[in-house]
Amino acid sequence: MSKLLIEGVSRTFAGVRGGQPVKALMPVDLAVAANDFITILGPSGCGKSTLLRIVAGLEAPSEGRVLLDGKAVTRPGPDRGMVFQSYTLFPWLTVAENIAFGLRERGMAQKERDGIVASYVDLVGLKGFENHWPKQLSGGMQQRTAIARALANDPEILLLDEPFGALDNQTRGLMQELLLGIWERRKKTVLFVTHDIEEAIFMASRVIVMTARPGRIKSDVAIDLPHPRHYTLKTSPEFSGLKARLTEDIRVEAMRTTQVQPAEA
Amino acid sequence: MRPLHPVSPGLRTVLGISFFVLFIAFWAWITLGGHVNRIFLADPLSMLRDGWRLLVEDRFWLDILITIWRVFGGFVLASVVAVPIGIAMGAWKPVEAFLEPFVSFARYLPASAFIPLLILWAGIGELEKLLVIFVGSVFQIILIVAVKVGSTRRDLVEAAYTLGSTNNGIVRRVIMPANAPEIAETLRLVLGWAWTYVIVAELIGSSSGIGYMIINSQSRLATGQIIFGIIVIGLIGLLSDFAFKAFNRWLFPWSLA
Repeated sequence: MSKLLIEGVSRTFAGVRGGQPVKALMPVDLAVAANDFITILGPSGCGKSTLLRIVAGLEAPSEGRVLLDGKAVTRPGPDRGMVFQSYTLFPWLTVAENIAFGLRERGMAQKERDGIVASYVDLVGLKGFENHWPKQLSGGMQQRTAIARALANDPEILLLDEPFGALDNQTRGLMQELLLGIWERRKKTVLFVTHDIEEAIFMASRVIVMTARPGRIKSDVAIDLPHPRHYTLKTSPEFSGLKARLTEDIRVEAMRTTQVQPAEA
Repeated sequence: MRPLHPVSPGLRTVLGISFFVLFIAFWAWITLGGHVNRIFLADPLSMLRDGWRLLVEDRFWLDILITIWRVFGGFVLASVVAVPIGIAMGAWKPVEAFLEPFVSFARYLPASAFIPLLILWAGIGELEKLLVIFVGSVFQIILIVAVKVGSTRRDLVEAAYTLGSTNNGIVRRVIMPANAPEIAETLRLVLGWAWTYVIVAELIGSSSGIGYMIINSQSRLATGQIIFGIIVIGLIGLLSDFAFKAFNRWLFPWSLA
């Protein structure tokens, strides 16, 4: 049985000031197996973030439904951990308190929390920064804390919405390896949205390519590169082959958006 | 001068003090130099002499204490009522829809215009003074707090939901801590306004306080005392502002880190 089932999910936004309603997402069907790492790749504005937010329960689909372990998603919940592109650490809490947030909301005792928090601080390499405020951290460290905060809750599935989009290239590469390393060791079902082709291939066991708006699934590419993956993989011939193929797929879509937009303006 | 270019701390202090020096020098020049009639404006020296006499002989410090007590009493009363209402309005839109039109209207009712009514209702005792400050502050605090709370970062709220927060948890463990420093800043601002209301309240139907001393001095043309009273208000306002700022910094280190 699939861990996550997306059945005919679409999203239409009401028209602004009596205008035409905007179709952001055409009906999407997707089945995600347990412990799969899926990246959703698409040009900007293709509705990939909308799809992720619907899975998270932060937005309702116009049609269709999302099932997690056979149960319909109706609202956000701790079984679907999320990491956002914007820095969403709670600025009034320290790193350790941020990571403990979900556990505290669940009513877990302080003592039990401390042990879990310590292990996740370790996992994302933030030892020594437990008592720092988010403002004192770099962007990469903030996102590492955000990943730890989502994972500490032990969600059924981890949703990431371009989590490294705001980071510089070097940091992004390191973060990719960190997250992939965690996944390789701890196995988790992951849905990862990105517009970066290399990132999509490097992280995934399966890449879902989406079309330009209104988004639908264009292709579904299995990535059979061996694990554990090392950054040098990005220069291997197999990787280049995949990259060439996906680049072509995405390029066609990106061109469609840039051609459509001037006509609208 | 380059626009927006920062000034060094030393120069900042020197410039800040030099305005006071210029101001007092100008005041001394027009009064001691005989350019204005002494009946209308006392010179700085007689102001200080009058002030000293007030403090030592007329027990003016008792008036100062009573005014401080009124400001803080009315202000605390207003805060205790207004902050929870403001949070409720910001967090729950039906509450806002219910109260916002009235509060926006009430905000423009001048506190000083209520004094005759408040005297009728509460007499000329302490309660009336506190109520003037209360009426002047409470609607302002409600509205500002509601606006701040209403603009809570949505992504923080969404993050909390995905971590398992309930609606109640969002209000108590996201909305409230996220806005606490801004609410404290709002209170600091409104405390400044409360100083204006208290003096107005003490000008009418009062027998103690800094405002009473000022109106009393007017009938005796004691302009030195009036100016001394005004300066005392300014100094206390400045001090309480500093203290409030320091307290906020101590309370919310994360917002400055």
